[in-house]
Amino acid sequence: MTDFPILSLTTFLPSIGALLILVLKWLARPEDAAIIDRNSRWVALWFTLGTFVASVFVLSWYDPSEPGFQLIEDAPWMGEIGYRMGVDGISILFVLLTTFLMPLCILASWRSVTERLTEYLAAFLVLETLMIGVFCARDLVLFYFFFEAGLIPMFIIIGVWGGANRVYAAYKFFLYTLAGSLLMLVAIVAMYLQAGTTDITVLLDFGFPPGMQTWLWLAFFASFAVKMPMWPVHTWLPDAHVQAPTAGSVILAGVLLKMGGYGFLRFSLPMFPQASDLFAPLVFALSVIAVIYTSLVAFRQTDIKKLIAYSSVAHMGLVTIGIFAANEVGMQGAIFQMLSHGVISGALFLIVGVIYDRMHTREIAFYGGLVHRMPMYAAVFLLFTMGNVGLPGTSGFIGEILSMAGAYLVSPWIAFGAAFGVILSAVYMLTLYRRVVYGELTNPRLADIADLTRREIVVFIPLVIATLLMGVAPSIVTDITEASVVDLADHVSRALAPEAESIELPVTP
Amino acid sequence: MSALSATDFDVVLPELVLALASMGLLVAGVIWKKVQPRQMNLVAIAMLLIYGALALGGAAGGGETEAFGGVFVNDRLAVYAKVLISLGAAATLLLADRFMATHAAARFEYAVLAMISVLGMGVMVSARDMMALYMGIELQSLALYVLAAFNRDSLRSSEAGLKYFVLGALSSGIMLYGLSLIYGAAGGTSFAAIGAAIGEDAPVMAMVGLVFLMSGLAFKVSAAPFHMWTPDVYEGAPTPVTAFFAAAPKVAAMVLFARTMMDPFAQSVDSWRQVMVALSVLSLGFGVFGALAQTNIKRLMAYSSIGNMGYALMGLAAGTLAGVQAVLLYMAIYMATVIGAFACILAMRRKDGSVERIEDLAGLVRTRPGLGVAFTVLMLSIAGLPPLAGFWAKWWVFLAAVQAGLVWLAVAGAVAAVIGAFYYLRIVKLIWFDEPAPSFVEPARPLKAIAFVSAALAFPVLVVFIGPLFTQAGAAARSLFL
Repeated sequence: MTDFPILSLTTFLPSIGALLILVLKWLARPEDAAIIDRNSRWVALWFTLGTFVASVFVLSWYDPSEPGFQLIEDAPWMGEIGYRMGVDGISILFVLLTTFLMPLCILASWRSVTERLTEYLAAFLVLETLMIGVFCARDLVLFYFFFEAGLIPMFIIIGVWGGANRVYAAYKFFLYTLAGSLLMLVAIVAMYLQAGTTDITVLLDFGFPPGMQTWLWLAFFASFAVKMPMWPVHTWLPDAHVQAPTAGSVILAGVLLKMGGYGFLRFSLPMFPQASDLFAPLVFALSVIAVIYTSLVAFRQTDIKKLIAYSSVAHMGLVTIGIFAANEVGMQGAIFQMLSHGVISGALFLIVGVIYDRMHTREIAFYGGLVHRMPMYAAVFLLFTMGNVGLPGTSGFIGEILSMAGAYLVSPWIAFGAAFGVILSAVYMLTLYRRVVYGELTNPRLADIADLTRREIVVFIPLVIATLLMGVAPSIVTDITEASVVDLADHVSRALAPEAESIELPVTP
Repeated sequence: MSALSATDFDVVLPELVLALASMGLLVAGVIWKKVQPRQMNLVAIAMLLIYGALALGGAAGGGETEAFGGVFVNDRLAVYAKVLISLGAAATLLLADRFMATHAAARFEYAVLAMISVLGMGVMVSARDMMALYMGIELQSLALYVLAAFNRDSLRSSEAGLKYFVLGALSSGIMLYGLSLIYGAAGGTSFAAIGAAIGEDAPVMAMVGLVFLMSGLAFKVSAAPFHMWTPDVYEGAPTPVTAFFAAAPKVAAMVLFARTMMDPFAQSVDSWRQVMVALSVLSLGFGVFGALAQTNIKRLMAYSSIGNMGYALMGLAAGTLAGVQAVLLYMAIYMATVIGAFACILAMRRKDGSVERIEDLAGLVRTRPGLGVAFTVLMLSIAGLPPLAGFWAKWWVFLAAVQAGLVWLAVAGAVAAVIGAFYYLRIVKLIWFDEPAPSFVEPARPLKAIAFVSAALAFPVLVVFIGPLFTQAGAAARSLFL
């Protein structure tokens, strides 16, 4: 049973779907455009659903009580670099998050994307393969391979199907991320030469010399901080979000940003523990600035999508605080916060997409009083607003409280800064909600705006369930991550313990 | 020097066949006026493939064979290079198929000159003596000068040929001067004699000579600061000729560069490494910054080739076995990609003739989807993005550089790759994002085939070929480190 390459299947199934879509289009006559489009939509939906089912199998075969990599696959690839796959408690839920969001993205684009639809769906399916690959890779170069390749479909998604200023946003997204990644590539090369392998399992226990760790940590930080994104290298995100099509924003906020946090947890912390300890104050400072500053910036936005984008940066600040607290609670909180934010921010972008599809504007001032025409929409919006604020009962609360608890163990001041940002998040989110949904319906163009369609309801139901379920029963997530996180926290504290170094001192006769 | 023997001719059999074939083709072309240039072209392609097969067959016994008292050698490195050269030259001649069929300026001498230049390249990669080295370079270059000016009624083409010739002659002169200094210091012209005489502490005269020699070789691989000819020649020469320039001669010159540095001057690597680092960094800089403002696709490819030579030279700067191996792999992947790119550029034809502006590519993926996707893949591969083949080329070059302690050179390469990505992305942006320009006419079948094969080779599913290629490159590189 466990010999079955379920991870490869999960990873590459979407690409097979993409291929099928393109082949179907190639075979069909051009005059059958409507049929091609309809078939492509269904193929994409079924393949993303199939991938989700496959990932559920991954979860059910995974034994959460064991900390190490499971469902391992090994195949020779390029000399020392192997095709190594595997998941552990840290990565497995990100795979699930990706496969969970993808069918919703396809459904959300069902009617709103009409131009060059086949290419659009193919790009999304290829992107899904690359995202799952990032979380399943158990080889450093394989990880980099997936990590970097994801830029290409995202570049095309933003650039072709984005808003008015899409070309600028696509370039900015691509070049910012690439600049960080290539420094990481040089670091990967150096690590390979030092350790003689790119197997992550081996590298985790390798123990790089502290002086080298500093440089390696900085190179990895350059990549993950941009991806995350951390202040002050976050400026690509609002542009990319605003210009990307709705489903693109969902994937960007829901999954792509998580790769930064995942990278910190997978590489920076366990492989360079001394350097992580050394630079933790820097990360805390940047994160606290991010939480407070971007919350204030979010408050001043006039574009709904931009507001949510800035709020993402603030929430990711909490994640980095949790990760570099380097204790069990903090890291649990960071993972939880990433998963929760993946669901909630994805939902928020879909919520913006609903009214954008109807009115083709995202200006806050344009709206107001939507509750009178769209009661169901207002209810869903309210739930996710509360989730983003971190109201108890929603998943956002658990992630925030755990991250802050982790930070408190390191320094109460950091926790104070983080908590201050959470208060600010309530300010901007509630203001947004009030201005868009409440009040009198004064804009005459909103007079006959329709409430959620059946398709939109289908899209939101899973997201609502996920948010509430994670909010009231957080153990379904933490039970899976616990063993691996405890192991990671032990690993870090062992590496930092002073006696660990004294043992290695040579005894002079 | 010993007298000639029959085994000498066994060793040079591939070159001999090629030389006789080119002369035979020349005579045939003069006598039978009715033969189409296009048919001559096809014969030349066949001969080039035979040449590659003979070179490969000669190496079947393994080990290395020498001829003419060690002046000419057929080792794994030479064979590796010759196979690449013959494939590259044959593919680029195939690209010229339509040009030969329709163009008024097309004449049968095109194929003859291409064969002669390949002959020169064969001598270059096999040279183990300064005299053979110089002979090979000149034989190759003189044929290329004529090819650059092949479209003799076109002002641009004539200008390109003249510019190439004048600058090429200058660089040959500089190189010859360097060779004479080295000869003065070492007392011999064979690589073995030079290596033995110079050793680790090279005398100043030999070092000065070496710098001159490196300048000349840098000119041939179009490395900055000796790159000035490249954009003008690339732009001015007829496009099939530019494609020819971009592929095989680059491989030959780079292999010659590697052999020259790693064979006679292997021990003084610490003395010349800084020169190589400078060449590499300057090429990266001029390549990426020069390309940013280009509007002509051929000029863009010229600057792109300068930048790519910067990456290849990074491997030479490492001065190690891994470095040479990385260079050889880099050149193979680069050649396979760039030929496909030129196939796409040659396909940029409207009813009223060929176009060369980058803007003409706008919306290509909508007017000619296959071509658009192929060009996108090739550009991103040259940019070095995973999952495409170009990533692996850069990976091993970086690996060799970091291994040799040149971390900063690798970082410079990474920075250059980001800036370079900008102009490759510009092409991708035009192809995908912009409103379609008028459609190109249906490309000729060989063009399409070569573009698709080349893009497929760059694509992740097929990159498995890189593993064996890397092994071959390693075996080839090892013949310099015996």
